[in-house]
Amino acid sequence: MDIHEYQAKDLLAGFGVPIARGNVAYSADQAVYVATELGGWHWAVKAQVHSGGRGKAGGIKLCRTYGEVAQAAKDMLGKTLVTHQSGPEGKIVQRLYIEVAEPFDREIYLGFVLDRKAQRIRVIASAQGGMDIEEIAKSNPESIMQVQVEPAVGLQQFQARELAFGLGLNIKQVSRAVATIMGCYRAFRDLDATMVEINPLVVTKDNRMLALDAKMSFDDNALFRRPRISEMRDPAQEDPREAQANQHGLNYVGLAGDIGCIINGAGLAMATMDMIKHAGGEPANFLDVGGGASPERVAEAFRLVLSDKNVKAILVNIFAGINRCDWVAEGVIQAARGLKVPLIVRLAGTNVEAGEKIIQESGLPIISANTLADAATKAVAAAKG
Amino acid sequence: MSILIDEKTRVIVQGFTGDKATFHATEMIAYGTRVVGGVTPGKGGMTHLGLPVFNTVKEAVAATGAEASLAFVPPPFAADSLMEAADAGLKLVCTITDGIPAQDMMRVKRYLMRYPKDKRTMIVGPNCAGIISAGKAMLGIMPGNIYKRGPVGIVSRSGTLGYEAAAQMTELGIGITTSVGIGGDPINGSSFLDHMALFEQDPETHVVVMIGEIGGPQEAEASRWIKENMTKPVVGYVAGLTAPKGRRMGHAGAIISAEGDTAAEKAEIMKSYGLFVAPSASELGVTVARALASIKS
Repeated sequence: MDIHEYQAKDLLAGFGVPIARGNVAYSADQAVYVATELGGWHWAVKAQVHSGGRGKAGGIKLCRTYGEVAQAAKDMLGKTLVTHQSGPEGKIVQRLYIEVAEPFDREIYLGFVLDRKAQRIRVIASAQGGMDIEEIAKSNPESIMQVQVEPAVGLQQFQARELAFGLGLNIKQVSRAVATIMGCYRAFRDLDATMVEINPLVVTKDNRMLALDAKMSFDDNALFRRPRISEMRDPAQEDPREAQANQHGLNYVGLAGDIGCIINGAGLAMATMDMIKHAGGEPANFLDVGGGASPERVAEAFRLVLSDKNVKAILVNIFAGINRCDWVAEGVIQAARGLKVPLIVRLAGTNVEAGEKIIQESGLPIISANTLADAATKAVAAAKG
Repeated sequence: MSILIDEKTRVIVQGFTGDKATFHATEMIAYGTRVVGGVTPGKGGMTHLGLPVFNTVKEAVAATGAEASLAFVPPPFAADSLMEAADAGLKLVCTITDGIPAQDMMRVKRYLMRYPKDKRTMIVGPNCAGIISAGKAMLGIMPGNIYKRGPVGIVSRSGTLGYEAAAQMTELGIGITTSVGIGGDPINGSSFLDHMALFEQDPETHVVVMIGEIGGPQEAEASRWIKENMTKPVVGYVAGLTAPKGRRMGHAGAIISAEGDTAAEKAEIMKSYGLFVAPSASELGVTVARALASIKS
């Protein structure tokens, strides 16, 4: 789960990470009010969207007057911001963060990720902050420093110090950088994050550290013990169908194609989508109905898939393990009544004969398929009409 | 032979008295698995499915001589149950649980390191379908009837895709020794490589199928190891060619976030290390047949 910059900064500040003074605003009037309350002469007006690359996309504006703050807020609110990370559909701007802008000397990159290979938390730092880590890795790979955290004891001060000295900071700055690195690590560990990124972490003219931007992602599997994080979810930043799927315990990812997919198991779902592509079509979505494909879940899956207006055919592929094909078939024929697009069903596994019989005897125009390849070929043909 | 489990392996079920555990333990017993008891804290002394229930894994091991366990424990308590099993000296723990926090699994993996390698517990899963040695024993939730005995080993991140492979093989008259689901999470108890090494040692396994998906470095790591150490042909497949970058495809671990994470890149790596790569999921069975034929000729 992702959160906004202002939420990440609020969390990180609680762990001693220095941030500039700022506040959130939902309207131009509020933005001006926040600026007056904060005081100072320069403010950054920042669009709050779950995506990086906001600056280049016009989502961050440096303002010198209240009038400029109001104008920037008007320009951004309600707009869809398309960045190089957001995808072509972009993200809607409903909240702004107004922050006191401070002059700085240097920009540093600081990141924390879950390293799947080492099965540890990995800290990444570079003196070349302000651009994407991917860009730094291409243009200046030798500037990237990394340390791994031993899970039994956690990140140690000396590791943070090595990074800080490696960044070329002076002695006044090092102790502050160490506190910042340790604070980010504790936030990562204590809040079950999967990613913390401070880019840039700037060094001010008076040797202070300041997290100018902050991004955090969290482990969905750990949200049961992080109620405060769960509350930070912003449904406006998510695909509405994915949010709806989430509520019903289904996994849905919307894509650009026209063949709707309803499948049990994430691996089989991905493989079926690949088969559709292999057969010359494009899947409209990923959808895993899970192990127990009950009639209610199947019905909800049909509703979700059909809410995508591009869908020209639906492919149901169920390999029944725990559940039985006859039970799944009952759910499918209930959901398929009155369906306006062709439906292709492939059943396999437990009680497959009984399941196929139910489909055939339903009198509904359902196209049966025996194998994965057969199902994909028939679905592609049906979608092409 | 087979790997990890057979009809002699003494098995306990952790979280034994829960609904799901009861259902699957019954299926496992019907398949021929030697289930000797179970653990549910607070229900020690009870009898369930005609078998003894214990409060702790240590008690269960002392009373039954159990060597392996299937852990049906909800996510908040799952990591604890895995460490308890490791501390009680079980050789193998398989966990079906979907939704264990990644940092919990990190701690579990670190905890296992306190035991010397020859005494270290092998964890299979989490978020997997389990282990089945065809015709012998089942430690999981798969449909036992689709597996037939034969010379092929299967290791898969996905449960249903593992079933799909077995069913296609059965259709061609090809059976399996053991099928292992390593699970769809970002941090697995055991990896492709761990099970490849076991299959390499198993005299009855002649070909191994590795079914991967997007995300993580495991497939590449195993492929490199196969090239350097494995004498048996390996069939590879990676699901998720159509998966967009940065989106989680159902499994917590199925997300393209780093270089080498895509299905195309992984399939290319498999090819470069000499694996038989199935061009699509519907060709898993025929690719296995091709790999088997390559030994005979």
